[in-house]
Amino acid sequence: MTESSAFLQLRGVSKRYGGVTALDRVDFSCDAGTIHAILGENGAGKSTLIKAISGVVQPDEGEIALQGRPVQFAHPVEANRAGIVCIFQELSLLPTLSVAQNIGIGQQAKRFGMLDQKAQIRKAEELLARVGCEDINPRAWVRDLPLSRRQMVEIAKALGKDPRLLILDEATSALTSADVEKVFGILNKLRDDGLVLLYISHRMSEIKELSDVMSVFRNGQHIETFPKGQHGDEEIVELMIGRDMGHVFPTKPPAVARPPVLQIKSLSWENQLDDISIALGRGEILGLGGLDGQGQKELLLALFGVLKDTAGTIEIEGKPVEISGPQAAKGEALSLALVPEDRKTEGLILSMGIGQNASLASLRQFRSGLRVDTQAESRRIDEMLRRLQIKIGEVDDPVSSLSGGNQQKVVLAKWLMTNPRILMLNDPTRGIDVGTKQELYQLFRELADAGTSILLYSTDYDELIGLCDRVMILYQGRIVRELSGDEITETNIVASSLNMHENSELGRNNPYLPSEVS
Amino acid sequence: MKDWRLYCKQNQGLLVAIGLFLFFYGSYSSLHPQGYTAALFNQNSNECFALVMAAMAQTLPVLTGGLDLSVGAILTLVNCLASELLGGTAFENALGMVACLLAGLACGFCNGCLVVYGRLQPIIATLASSAIFIGIALFIRPTPGGHVDGDLAFAMTYDLNELLIGLGLGGLSGPLAWCGHIPTTVFFALLMALVWTYFKRTQYGLEAYAIGASSEAAFMSGVRVKRTKLVAYSLAGFFAGVGGLYLALQTSSGNADIPQAGAYTLNSIAAVVVGGTSLYGGMGGAIGSIFGALVLRSVAFNFRVIDEQSALGFLANPLYQPLVEGLVLLAAVSIGAFWVFRVKNRLEIFK
Repeated sequence: MTESSAFLQLRGVSKRYGGVTALDRVDFSCDAGTIHAILGENGAGKSTLIKAISGVVQPDEGEIALQGRPVQFAHPVEANRAGIVCIFQELSLLPTLSVAQNIGIGQQAKRFGMLDQKAQIRKAEELLARVGCEDINPRAWVRDLPLSRRQMVEIAKALGKDPRLLILDEATSALTSADVEKVFGILNKLRDDGLVLLYISHRMSEIKELSDVMSVFRNGQHIETFPKGQHGDEEIVELMIGRDMGHVFPTKPPAVARPPVLQIKSLSWENQLDDISIALGRGEILGLGGLDGQGQKELLLALFGVLKDTAGTIEIEGKPVEISGPQAAKGEALSLALVPEDRKTEGLILSMGIGQNASLASLRQFRSGLRVDTQAESRRIDEMLRRLQIKIGEVDDPVSSLSGGNQQKVVLAKWLMTNPRILMLNDPTRGIDVGTKQELYQLFRELADAGTSILLYSTDYDELIGLCDRVMILYQGRIVRELSGDEITETNIVASSLNMHENSELGRNNPYLPSEVS
Repeated sequence: MKDWRLYCKQNQGLLVAIGLFLFFYGSYSSLHPQGYTAALFNQNSNECFALVMAAMAQTLPVLTGGLDLSVGAILTLVNCLASELLGGTAFENALGMVACLLAGLACGFCNGCLVVYGRLQPIIATLASSAIFIGIALFIRPTPGGHVDGDLAFAMTYDLNELLIGLGLGGLSGPLAWCGHIPTTVFFALLMALVWTYFKRTQYGLEAYAIGASSEAAFMSGVRVKRTKLVAYSLAGFFAGVGGLYLALQTSSGNADIPQAGAYTLNSIAAVVVGGTSLYGGMGGAIGSIFGALVLRSVAFNFRVIDEQSALGFLANPLYQPLVEGLVLLAAVSIGAFWVFRVKNRLEIFK
């Protein structure tokens, strides 16, 4: 690294929300031409830090300087003009506008006051090509794109603003591994062009691969900044959580014969699920793996009765069942629960209270006559909040006031309150900090030991390896491989995800297939 | 061509509205005893124009995720104002018309201020303002009446030749002669459609859609939320003002008619929905609303020409007409909801 003066410098920056101190006299700086990772648990102050830098919130005290000159941003647009562009965790795209309109929303190219639509589309095509997404039609509505494509559009949109400081807040959390590769290529190039990149992710492997410098935050304070390689993984995690981490995954129980609770026989739907047969045992954690969008999500939705006109049979405890919808699925006869993909839209009702969200799926339990027994309800809510160690202020606070990890815990609490026999999880740890992840892994294993059967779809290979008793790999709606015991390795998962068996010729010669993944 | 199919998918509502209009208006003009004539077309377009303007006006607040319950009231207020200002010399009348349009714009601007700076829900802010506008209209014109210059009214409600002659320019001839027979109202509707298209293509237009699509994402993308809403409500007031001005020319009088104002407001909402604009905002457009308004009017036209001896003859009885009109409207709106049956993933219904 060259001895350049800091591009961005924060001196004594504090921010309080009510009684909570989100940033506590933070001194922080970053240099041009570096990828600077920011690490910390949820609630450590990372989000507030980037919001302060990008003009979404204004600090209560302290000073922000850009290339030595103090700046104050009243609005994200002012930060954009100064070259600070942020890709937010919550997608900032407009669903019923086209990709090109989304990318060009801030642009000024005009003729007689009219926006130049052709130029808009050309620019969108250029930027999409730059991020390697020529397959996206710039005229398509963002609403009609899958989540991973939308995130690529978001990245293209940010690049269109010609940033000098680009902030990526969990901007890769929904990307497929192929897209992550492309994005990393772009980020490395931007760094070489002299940009500053602030990178926030909960995927340690990505951070290690990408960043030059790391800064650790904890409880709103800047703990330490150090170049890559100075601390090992264990040390970094200790800095983040301020305590010894121990083992991330609970130990797996020995493989035993388990009576099947759920049997899926030849399940098919449209073109997206193809002849799927699975037997899920009592107390088993069964992983669903594979590349993103190979039917894993649809499988969980089919089991929850969300998809219409499915073919094949589903048996629970040996009895064939017809699952007409979520209401039937959660009932006592079936006793299914689904933690959906997107907690903000499908998992929670953000404006409602924490307690109200938690008891939403199990209100029937608390019915007495025409009214809800609120005392029994709040007793049970308290019990769940304690059990899941959800950190909250008041039980009536809107659930949107919680951090991502705690929000996900509320979704889990909601479904655990129904005492499900089968718990289905759709990527439950996406965008969640290490400490909370560890707690959730522990919880899943405890639930399984107590007899709950768990069907877990995860985009994180480590979870499939560390947590699951068996793993089914899906490819184009089919199960291409079942892995169990010692077979569950990263090499096997990656190979099967690309639908290449390790003994096939194709598998050996394919350059895209990592022969040995560390 | 893939883009062509994409266009159809994204403009489904508009295409359905055009189809419905062709069906209902086609049925009416073929059943009409005198058949389809230029005079009939002229008369029909005059009958549609005020509602078309109200529907265009309603589109803008709806696109930004709001609703304007004062469209009918602004229309009525401008109607009453026009009945006071359009009875003088040519110069006075010209100034009067400008004043009427400005009054509409000002009413819309007031609505915008209530929504943006008053931070009131659009539905309640415009409910209150509509009462105020009607109050002012009653103050201007306590009883129906007033005076509108006859030549002006004729030029504005007949065809383009008449309008040009009225302006002292003489009628069209040569290859453009056929244009002279275009009804004045169609000409002005096209003009307003151009105003709309221009607005849609400006930064304000795009930003209005953005606000309706997701106001948080719009704010984060640097959209000028307040200013755009002000512009959208003001333009809505302007379109309603055009409608009110026309109503005065059509009826040669002003009338602070409260039920009529309410009917215009509610029909404008219906027209917007039939025209394919989403009440959630961010999707649709005023061209669709024009056809939505035409569909509503054409359905009612059919009642006039129904054969009393036929199976549907009972419809000639005005007592049954509102009921049937409601059912047809319900059916028309349902066409837009047919896709629900094709959905295999129930989650998509809520998108």
